[in-house]
Amino acid sequence: MTNHTAIAASTGPALEFKPKSSGLIPRGLTLSAVIIIIAMLAVILLNVLHGGLGTISWEFLSKPPEHGMEAGGIFPAIFGTVFLVLLMVLTGVPVGVLTAVYLHEYTSPTSRTTRIIRTAINNLAGVPSIVFGLFGLGFFIGFIGHGIDTTLLGAEKPVWGQPAIIWAALTLALLTLPVVIVSTEEALRAIPRELKDASYALGATKLQTIIRIIIPQALPGIFTGAILAISRGAGEVAPIMFTGAAYYLPYLPKALNDQFMELGYHVYVMSTQSPDIEKTKPILYGTVLVLLVLTFLLNFVAILIRSKIRSRRISV
Amino acid sequence: MTPYQFKPKSRWREFLGEKFIAVNAFAALIAILLIFVFIFKEATPIFTSSEVQKEASLNKMTFKQQFQPDKPAKWSWQPNSDHPKYSLWPLFLGTIKAAIIAMLFAAPLAIGAAIYSAEFASKRMREIIKPVIELLAGIPSVVLGFFALIVLATFLQNALGLTYRLNILNAGIALGLAIIPIIFTVAEDAMNSVPTSLRDAARALGANPWQVSFTMVLPAALPGIAAGIVLGFGRAIGETMIVLMASGNAAIVSASFVDSARTLSATIAAELAEVVFGSAHYNVLFFIGTVLFLFTFLVNLGGEIVLQRLKIRFQGKLS
Repeated sequence: MTNHTAIAASTGPALEFKPKSSGLIPRGLTLSAVIIIIAMLAVILLNVLHGGLGTISWEFLSKPPEHGMEAGGIFPAIFGTVFLVLLMVLTGVPVGVLTAVYLHEYTSPTSRTTRIIRTAINNLAGVPSIVFGLFGLGFFIGFIGHGIDTTLLGAEKPVWGQPAIIWAALTLALLTLPVVIVSTEEALRAIPRELKDASYALGATKLQTIIRIIIPQALPGIFTGAILAISRGAGEVAPIMFTGAAYYLPYLPKALNDQFMELGYHVYVMSTQSPDIEKTKPILYGTVLVLLVLTFLLNFVAILIRSKIRSRRISV
Repeated sequence: MTPYQFKPKSRWREFLGEKFIAVNAFAALIAILLIFVFIFKEATPIFTSSEVQKEASLNKMTFKQQFQPDKPAKWSWQPNSDHPKYSLWPLFLGTIKAAIIAMLFAAPLAIGAAIYSAEFASKRMREIIKPVIELLAGIPSVVLGFFALIVLATFLQNALGLTYRLNILNAGIALGLAIIPIIFTVAEDAMNSVPTSLRDAARALGANPWQVSFTMVLPAALPGIAAGIVLGFGRAIGETMIVLMASGNAAIVSASFVDSARTLSATIAAELAEVVFGSAHYNVLFFIGTVLFLFTFLVNLGGEIVLQRLKIRFQGKLS
């Protein structure tokens, strides 16, 4: 407590000002902002629920689209989304976790390296998603994929140098990297010092401590990061529209260089390219509902795990 | 035997392990650099190739052009006509207009809600507000775009009697929904990080709770709130799916906020799929990407520096 506070506190009632107003107006105004936000969220969710609930059925979830997407289901889009985010997690999460470990265990928080990496992470989180799409096209497809085709395979037709699920997944992995890093770091901070000290005292090296003590202890946080990344990645459309997503495919993706259908992209395609929007509407609403339920469920699980980690940190 | 028996140390493994972790740690930095290099690379013909410059040079993208001898010079974006026109002004204007509407809509709501949450809300109320904001942040932008396209556009057209169903007002409001969580989170964080000693001092001097908020906490947290607004603006400029679906996508120069408009990001999304690889049009789209990247990079850097200074001020000098 600073000096003036102590002085002010000690003088007591002598310095008491008569309040000019009860503060009802600022309180009311700010509360109304909260209410407006809640109301808008409720309108969106209720609208989607109302429009989409009637469409949801086992057929809808398990069948491919028919009649120019005016009938049938969305199974290929669900399958493509799951395949996509799985690849994204497998490629992105390890890198994010190791970054967090490096920042937290190997460098001091004030060092130059840490500051530069941290700035890069924050900036990566702010890069517009459409720019990630351009990058995926220019780097993964144009440079890496085309490079493999011409130098390694000598292929005449593009094999890897074309839109494919692996390129879309890698683009999304980059986009969600900051989410994984932030989440893992929070978990690392919650690990009690004593555990690390005990490990060192038993003669373990730094690397052994990281592999056997720190990473297992941080697993819930890593898991949270992966879930948040999936929920973010499953909803992003701009980065995948040039790197692998397709309007319609008669088959499911089997190889890493296949194209794929995806829920978010399916929503975009149906709502903007449909010749008769009124006929597409039930399916469109159903798809939006599936996408929303998927992202919200994932978010909800992540929030639950995170609050568990936080309560553990307080109790230690 | 204890479960904690470690193998003898290997210096090599230790060394390689650390290097491997370090290499991964630089992924984010390398990614940022690669993003810039590879996007700018595809835009360079605008500066180097005279072939491309005949269609699209910096001059042609910036200034009014005389396309037909008997008509006045104008700014025009028509990349697919027989004489492609690549003026970026209609796109800039659309982007700025959408972002301004989004800010006018989102900033008062987000800051108001942040003040309420940080200063007035009971613990229980805060437990409602936080998840609501997280839910809003969790809605994919394509869903907000869908909602603006199908529901909000019809509502606005009927309520205000607008000529165009899809317009910049519609897109701006939907965009605002996407940036409310950003502004709210940063602003609320800034207010919560104001040291308690400052609050105590004001309270001890006889200020009531709202006087503490408005004369003490808000001025102290102002740089943080400003940073939130700046970060929200950066997101509004770069956001793609919402404006692509809800703005009508007409590249026109107009001062009206209820006309259709096309933004920089939506232009890339709408046109890149059909563009001829390596054409002037292709280069211009990557040039737009470079502009978007640089703009958001600077905005984020600025916002981050402000927030870091604020943190140092609150934690370094006080308490």
